[in-house]
Amino acid sequence: MNTFGDPVIWLPFVFAMLMGVSILIYVVLDGFDLGVGVLFPFADDDEKDRMIASIGPFWDANETWLVLAVGLLLVAFPAAHGEILTALYLPVAIMLIGLILRGVAFEFRAKAPAPHKATWNNLFFTGSLMTSLSQGFMLGMYVMGLDYTWAHFAFACLTAVFLTVGYSFIGATWIIHKTDEHLQRKAVDWAKGGIWGLVLGIGAISLATPFVSPRIFDKWFSFPEMLYLAPLPIVSGLLVISLWTMLRRMPLPDDRMSWAPFAVATALWVMAFLGMAYSFYPYVVPERLTIYDAASAPESLFIILIGTCIVLPTIMGYTVLAYTIFRGKATELRYD
Amino acid sequence: MDTLILSRMQFAANISFHILFPTITIALGWALLFFKVRYNQTKEDRWMEAYRFWVKIFALSFALGVVSGITMSFQFGTNWPGFMETVGNIAGPLLAYEVLTAFFLEAVFLGIMLFGFSRVPNWLHTTATFLVAFGTLMSAFWIIVLNSWMHTPQGYEMIEGVAHATDWSAIIFNPSMPYRLAHMVLASFITVSFLIAGVSAFRWLVGGRTEGVRVALKTAVFSAALLLPLQIYMGDMHGLNTKEYQPAKVAAMEGHWETSSGVPLILFGLPDEDARENHYEIGIPNLASFILTHSWDGEIKGLNDFVTHDGEVLHPPVAPVFWSFRVMVGTGLLMLLVSWGASAMMLRKRRGVEGLPKPMLYALVAMSFSGWLATLAGWYTTEIGRQPWLVHGVMTTKQAVADVPAPMVLSTLLAYLAVYAVLLTAYIYVIFYLARKMSRGEDIGTRVAPSAKAQVKAVPAE
Repeated sequence: MNTFGDPVIWLPFVFAMLMGVSILIYVVLDGFDLGVGVLFPFADDDEKDRMIASIGPFWDANETWLVLAVGLLLVAFPAAHGEILTALYLPVAIMLIGLILRGVAFEFRAKAPAPHKATWNNLFFTGSLMTSLSQGFMLGMYVMGLDYTWAHFAFACLTAVFLTVGYSFIGATWIIHKTDEHLQRKAVDWAKGGIWGLVLGIGAISLATPFVSPRIFDKWFSFPEMLYLAPLPIVSGLLVISLWTMLRRMPLPDDRMSWAPFAVATALWVMAFLGMAYSFYPYVVPERLTIYDAASAPESLFIILIGTCIVLPTIMGYTVLAYTIFRGKATELRYD
Repeated sequence: MDTLILSRMQFAANISFHILFPTITIALGWALLFFKVRYNQTKEDRWMEAYRFWVKIFALSFALGVVSGITMSFQFGTNWPGFMETVGNIAGPLLAYEVLTAFFLEAVFLGIMLFGFSRVPNWLHTTATFLVAFGTLMSAFWIIVLNSWMHTPQGYEMIEGVAHATDWSAIIFNPSMPYRLAHMVLASFITVSFLIAGVSAFRWLVGGRTEGVRVALKTAVFSAALLLPLQIYMGDMHGLNTKEYQPAKVAAMEGHWETSSGVPLILFGLPDEDARENHYEIGIPNLASFILTHSWDGEIKGLNDFVTHDGEVLHPPVAPVFWSFRVMVGTGLLMLLVSWGASAMMLRKRRGVEGLPKPMLYALVAMSFSGWLATLAGWYTTEIGRQPWLVHGVMTTKQAVADVPAPMVLSTLLAYLAVYAVLLTAYIYVIFYLARKMSRGEDIGTRVAPSAKAQVKAVPAE
């Protein structure tokens, strides 16, 4: 066990990375299907069916990344898990009820009697909205150090809106990729209308984080770190500009590059995430508990790590398989 | 009401709602695989007809199971932080393995199973069906391992109040795990048998007398009739195991106060914890001793042995355990009676489904969800029976609860209950709605239905 040095040091780090990757994958994957839900009111009935068809085979596995992320927090950093989740008690409950509503609405809207379909459509939207808003709120509170004051509350409400619009943006880019003709053009407009959520959200968190804690401020604004970190905001800025230029021209003839907005949006999430990870490391509960203090016993972490090394590549493998099988456009629903 | 009791009620509400759906999906996955394999072998449409109908119920149940399961994974942190802080080194890896080996497998291949029928080769679709069924069983395995460890912990040592694993095979194969796992998996198969039998009987009654209904009804009734005796035997073994490791639970189940031999089996009684006796007790002499010790005058420990000298009660609340146990056993016996009766009628002169008279069909419909009742009652028996411990002998439930204000817990509890009531109603309603629709000969796939049979049709990119 000591092959790579002291396991008390590297195991928590590895698990923090694993957890970070799970959260990132979750935010991108469930982000697009939550976003599709948030965009529901803007679509007519046929479009709704196609939007559902574009996420139908994926949403379930997408949400499993949330279970993995919170599961890793739970198993690797039990003390932090308790502290974070009790502090976020109500938003977590709202998110869970939102997830329940949208998850079941998926099934019920297709199986319940036709007159009830509109109700389930509404619940699908409501559930997606509740989930996105509460996740944004939790993000804001987390950045503010899980400390309830009116100013922090207001900031969290702001990030709730930004994240929701950000999700709707990435949802729109997914629809651009998965549909064509009228709905695709509509999705381009949605994306253009939603890009500000992403930009303002990333901007607000980037600006606020350093001022919450002098430690984070020093990490960013001291020499020579500033130099090494400069690519992060610069690349993000370039990504935003490229997104905007390509959306203005979309859709391109022969559906060229329809995947590009989604890919670039994903890259932007990755940038934002790297920035946040850099800011908060080594803390898992901001400014209170480091990953090293909160970690489980190395013996237990090691047992999980062995399994993870074997299973995670397998999961990646069949996730890719599923996305390959269901590649291409989700057009009118067809039954055999 | 204080935070502790409200948090317990909330956990009970969430896990009770959750367990309804895995109880169905664990066995229904294998039933679907059975239908699919029979179809592959025989190419008879009736098997595919059964598959097509039940895969929809599976999709619906699975979705409810997933979303209510996500709630569970957050509950530990929001309401019970002390649990992971004390036994996280043991519970953590077990939960992690559940997510890694089961959840992703189920979730990813479910998409292929539901939407991929015309997109992938038949063998891959069958494999996907198998992997989903296998995933649900794996999930059950890991969670039962953890739950059983909480009842019969071993393979750990306590260092500064925190449990550390010393022997993983002792943790995984803890004494109650094999019995609990077998008991629960059988419960799932029996629950699904009665669900399929009940809904098929309903379709038969409203006029949907297709070959698919016939074959589903027959398969379900016969499998229930075969599995119930096995389950009763397994339940007995589980009880003996509990008597060895958690005698207080068994004493509460039997309503048995004072240690003695030749203990009667109490059929009815009102346990009174203040008077420490049962009122209006009706029992069969010596039968409890015989069941639990396999000897007519065997000794059984009484509840009074689990009260310390300074009056601290270390046994579970008696009445809820006593009654849950009776509801479980009573439902199980009724299920045995009905499934054997129905089997006998179908076998008589080899008349098949035509041999079932209307009252029997109605009885089957009425018992569609009897498996839920028995399963829940069984879980209440074992979980309330573990109190006041959360992990037997290691930590009490009270030690684990979060310091969340009681009104906050109450508000979320009420919200969950309201959502659950609506969803449960919708679930049962939709099952019978789909059944009725099928019986009218309308293909439930032809309506806009993005799940189950819906195909996400690909337009070639080039």
